Amino acid sequence: MTAAIELNGVSKWFGDFQALNSVSLSVAQGDKVVICGPSGSGKSTAIRCVNRLEKHEEGIIRVDGIKLDDTTVSQVRQEVGMVFQQFNLFPHLSVLNNLTLGPIRARGLSKTEAQDRAMAYLERVHIPEQAGKYPKQLSGGQQQRVAIARSLCMEPKILLFDEPTSALDPEMISEVLEVMVELADSGMTMIVVTHEMGFARKVADTMVFMDQGQIVETADPETFFGQPRTERCQRFLKQILQH
Amino acid sequence: MNKNVNRVLLIVAVGLFLSGCGQGWGWYVVDPSTKSGWINLKFLMSGFWYTILLSFVSLLIAIPIGLLVALPGFSKNPFLRGFNRTYVELIRALPVLVAILWIHYGLPTLFPSIDLTVFWSGVIALSICETAFLAEIFRAGIQSIPKGQTEAAQSISLSYFDRMYYVILPQALRRILPAIGNQFVYMLKMSSLVSVIGMGELVRKANELAVTEYRALEIYSVLVLEYLVLILVVSAGVRWLEKKLGADESQ
Repeated sequence: MTAAIELNGVSKWFGDFQALNSVSLSVAQGDKVVICGPSGSGKSTAIRCVNRLEKHEEGIIRVDGIKLDDTTVSQVRQEVGMVFQQFNLFPHLSVLNNLTLGPIRARGLSKTEAQDRAMAYLERVHIPEQAGKYPKQLSGGQQQRVAIARSLCMEPKILLFDEPTSALDPEMISEVLEVMVELADSGMTMIVVTHEMGFARKVADTMVFMDQGQIVETADPETFFGQPRTERCQRFLKQILQH
Repeated sequence: MNKNVNRVLLIVAVGLFLSGCGQGWGWYVVDPSTKSGWINLKFLMSGFWYTILLSFVSLLIAIPIGLLVALPGFSKNPFLRGFNRTYVELIRALPVLVAILWIHYGLPTLFPSIDLTVFWSGVIALSICETAFLAEIFRAGIQSIPKGQTEAAQSISLSYFDRMYYVILPQALRRILPAIGNQFVYMLKMSSLVSVIGMGELVRKANELAVTEYRALEIYSVLVLEYLVLILVVSAGVRWLEKKLGADESQ
């Protein structure tokens, strides 16, 4: 079986700053990978390269067997959904229209088909009653769940999460994590950049620790949290688990 | 605030009329209670139609062109960006009056078969000059939309056209509406320049009347008021539109 995502020697620079330094990672279908690391370590850049919101400059990225380059971007984006730290809902559209826009315009669904699908996924993130509202009228946690539903409406094979709970008030984090755990249980392939180590322990098949643009450590959660090999990773975990 | 401004304007206007009692003024020339005065007044106001039509048609043509000039400015292709910059810099440097004269009197030498009426010469000149300013307004408006909106639209596989049409422009338009209203006011005033090639708009009518009646002071005072009223009405219209469009976003 081809890997859902494969990064091979991927490098990327922002000017003189090397954001990614020969990153290699393989994610099997159905796998849940959690990436953590200090800020500026390249973890967001890494997943943003997977659906080409950032362009990698060296190395090869394959998504579901498709080699990612300028000619295959749209093909790859059909396979990959993304959830952002800042939700990035469309503020001028109602929740329902946020959800149906992609399926109608990019998947060619009819309006009623798209609405049925949207309602089904709103149901799945537990807020069907918010369909008629505008994003501003919702709490942060609700907005992020709408954003997750918006990604699901495109029925992607892979979901990327870029610090999905970092912009949320503490009391709203659990409602979003709960939805993500349910998604993980349903067999979705997920790459999650997060500092929520409780969530990571619960769902991750593989833990990845990044620092200074490199993957420093890759391990299953038990080993990762129990006996981290590298000193940098130990230090990071110590800091983050204190809170 | 607004009410106070209106009150001051009213006092100024009334003051102007009352001052007609003084020696220097001769308001009889546009006194609606006399037959000749009423005819003169109607003649002056008959210019409204073309002033409004010129400005409105020019703006309507300039908006899509301005957008088409603005969009290449965001391209990664340096030639497209260069086109945007060159166009804006060149057209912005072209005075409206020069454009009007060039198009109406100069262009027929190059293309003798084209017979432009003064109205269309005016529309072409006004709209070309306007496109450069609108392009800059569109650029600012599109730039003001957070990058995350584009990224979210990309992540749900929307094409470039769909991203612009459904996500970016509806939000940008709301933000630039005040600036576009401003440009419409500017356009109303610049349309007065088309009088030099003989367009029968407000200024032309006033000029014609002034040379037959020899009462420049009163006639041009009426002209001042005509523009004032026109532009106050347009401003109110733009504010109403802003409120209407802003409503669903801030609900």
